Amino acid sequence: MNRKFLLPVVIFAAIAVAFAVGLTLDSKRLPSALIDKPAPRFDLPPIAAVNSGEPYGSGFSSRDLIGRVTLVNVFASWCGPCRVEHPQLMSLSRDHGVPIFGINQKDKPEDAQAWLERHGDPYLAIGADTLGRISIDWGVYGVPETFVVDTAGRIRYRHVGPIMPRDITRTILPMVAELMP
Amino acid sequence: MIAELGHFSLVLAFVLALVQGILPLAGAHRQAAERDDGGWISLAGPAALGQFMFIALAFAALTALFVSTDFSVMVVAANSNSTLPLIYKISAVWGHHEGSMVLWVLILALFGLCVVLFGSNLPTIFRARVLGIQGLISSGFLFFMLLTSNPFARLVPAPADGRDLNPLLQDPGLAFHPPFLYVGYVGFSMAFSFAIAALMEGRVDAAWARWVRPWTLAAWCSLTLGIAMGSWWAYYELGWGGFWFWDPVENASLIPWLVGTALLHSAIVVEKRNALKSWTVLLAILAFSFSLIGTFLVRSGVLTSVHAFATDPARGVFILILLVAVIGGSLALYARRAPTLTGGGLFSPVSREGTLLLNNLLLTAAAATVLLGTLYPLFLDAVGGPKVSVGPPFFNATFLPLMAPMVVVMAVGPFLSWKRSDLSGAFSKLYAALGLAVLTTLAAWYFHRGGPVLALVALLAAAWLLFATLAEFADRLQLFRAPWQESLERACKLPRAAYGMTLAHAGLALVIAGATGASLWREEHIQSSFPGNSVRVGAYEITLEGVHQLKGPNYVANQAQFTVHHDGRRVAFLKPEKRVYSVSATPTTEAAIHTTWLGDLYAVIGGPAKDSDGGGSWITRLFFTPLAVWMWIGSLVMVAGGLLSLSDRRLRVGAPRHRKGINGGRVAA
Repeated sequence: MNRKFLLPVVIFAAIAVAFAVGLTLDSKRLPSALIDKPAPRFDLPPIAAVNSGEPYGSGFSSRDLIGRVTLVNVFASWCGPCRVEHPQLMSLSRDHGVPIFGINQKDKPEDAQAWLERHGDPYLAIGADTLGRISIDWGVYGVPETFVVDTAGRIRYRHVGPIMPRDITRTILPMVAELMP
Repeated sequence: MIAELGHFSLVLAFVLALVQGILPLAGAHRQAAERDDGGWISLAGPAALGQFMFIALAFAALTALFVSTDFSVMVVAANSNSTLPLIYKISAVWGHHEGSMVLWVLILALFGLCVVLFGSNLPTIFRARVLGIQGLISSGFLFFMLLTSNPFARLVPAPADGRDLNPLLQDPGLAFHPPFLYVGYVGFSMAFSFAIAALMEGRVDAAWARWVRPWTLAAWCSLTLGIAMGSWWAYYELGWGGFWFWDPVENASLIPWLVGTALLHSAIVVEKRNALKSWTVLLAILAFSFSLIGTFLVRSGVLTSVHAFATDPARGVFILILLVAVIGGSLALYARRAPTLTGGGLFSPVSREGTLLLNNLLLTAAAATVLLGTLYPLFLDAVGGPKVSVGPPFFNATFLPLMAPMVVVMAVGPFLSWKRSDLSGAFSKLYAALGLAVLTTLAAWYFHRGGPVLALVALLAAAWLLFATLAEFADRLQLFRAPWQESLERACKLPRAAYGMTLAHAGLALVIAGATGASLWREEHIQSSFPGNSVRVGAYEITLEGVHQLKGPNYVANQAQFTVHHDGRRVAFLKPEKRVYSVSATPTTEAAIHTTWLGDLYAVIGGPAKDSDGGGSWITRLFFTPLAVWMWIGSLVMVAGGLLSLSDRRLRVGAPRHRKGINGGRVAA
């Protein structure tokens, strides 16, 4: 057999192997430069008062993260996937007792409050990141994103995109359990 | 009920596809060994007809579900909405993964049916093999759909309203772009099946090339139109005045186009000169393979955002198995059988064949470059490298240098004779074309000072191609040399394929000129304007008159009004919109374009500017894209050339039957 006629099938085999390897990779996992580093220091105000009402909660700062394993979830009312993720956050906080903090990114206070009233509030506390400045410090790439922070306030895991039901059992809960002292 | 009927039709179509895929091939094998009376072979036609009817029924069922907005069906709930205009309810049928697969197999079955209807001049065994291979491809796809992407899956409980079609797809340009693209992709399956059947028989000859060419040509025309529509859509809808973004989706359609173009040309060499046989067969396999890789990888999102594979591993694994079976299997068969396809016609490097081969190599090298750029991020990710994206700089630096020599050669090639030729003779006929091209470029430089040198080089190439193509046409007619009656007579006798070539090559020249002007000479003004403010763009004075809100069926929009003055005269009103679609809350940009022969005036309205300057001002983007309209005109001219060539008598009448063994290319066993 003439070797040169084998070339196309050999090249295709290489491409197919690359596809096969690509299949096994979870490309949603974007590595974060902040893994195992302390979470950035910040002090976010609460979601501002709407009309003549009260501000929503008392804000969220990096001090809140020390001493327990927490999730930090970046969300916004304008973000469609956040709506998909929301039931999972409710379940994590209500059924599994995981403390979740929220960073409300580039949102209008009235929209954010309406969102929490309509869909429920899974957060221990929420900081309003109106300009998106603190999200940049966290290396946030898109909304939603969720970080697992350990008792010493170090970022240990980053989840890009909405948390789906199977992510709770496969990654989030095992991670939280492992980091518990 | 309709959904279940559609699902059942798909199952029946799958069974018939299996029958069509297995029995005729087995029958052809047996008959070649003289152990069959042709009973199995004769199943191919009816099976193809039945398969088409059931897929058409399934497609009609899906369309009916979308038109009646039956939200108890998952894909309807996910991709339609009660407020969606009817035309987009119909185009939503193929505006998502599941529905586009139905359209895909429908077109595949339609091509199979065409073989039955128009393939009466094919030898019986060969026809059975072609249909058998079509049946195998089809059954693979139908199996995939039934297992992993059933379009008729129900959703319980049914939601009150649907999630709406992606607003970007709610546009006439994009609504009908996929069908053309798919006819192109799937049309290459004909060349593929013909190639595999020929490899099975071990025979490739002029008659084979004559059968393959019309199918390839039809697919090529449709693909060209599909790509042009997609590019046109990107131009007016994305709101940046760009027309090609080297995005994986676009690349996936460009690669088969490049290979298909090469195939069209090398098939001519097989037909006329009985040479380049194994190369042509390889191109036929590759054109369809790239169509498959393109549709699948893009549809499943493996390239853009690997999410689809991650969220549905079953689908990814199935896709890979199907790709390996179809592409790997056919390339393995090629490796085994191609060495036996000995060519007859020898030719010197300087000859019509020589230039066709050179351009073939340039086209395939360009396709390989685009493929590499498209898959590189995936490869790097697969070996654990960093995440990267490959952008326009890579493609501009690699693709364009390959296209430049192609254009030069493409202008010269038609002047050369078959087998052996001399360049000086050809060049002596090209002085006038070269002179005119240089003059055009100088004139362009005079009227459009500034801009990169590359623009002038590209324009020179385009003008050179255009004038050389016209010169070749004039040369055929003996225009200006013989009396005009004789030229007219020659024009009448000239085969339509010759007109086709002239048009297609001239069309490409126009596309190059348009693309050059619209990208390298583009003028861009982004500013915040108050109503009453004017901006000077090119030779035009554009005034923002005001912005007001309006309400569409399923969106609200801010519409701006611009008046355009040229030399103190009002020449146009432009009304761009910024829409926000209610259900998905997604904004889209509707650019307003004033088209002239020399360039497009392109206006886009953004959001209101920051409140800091008092409010009331708007972000406006105004572009002048010179020569843009020639890209679309050129594309249409290319398609017209293809269609004209398709209507050539030579392809309609059917080649004279070839007796077995006459070519010496037949395999001994």
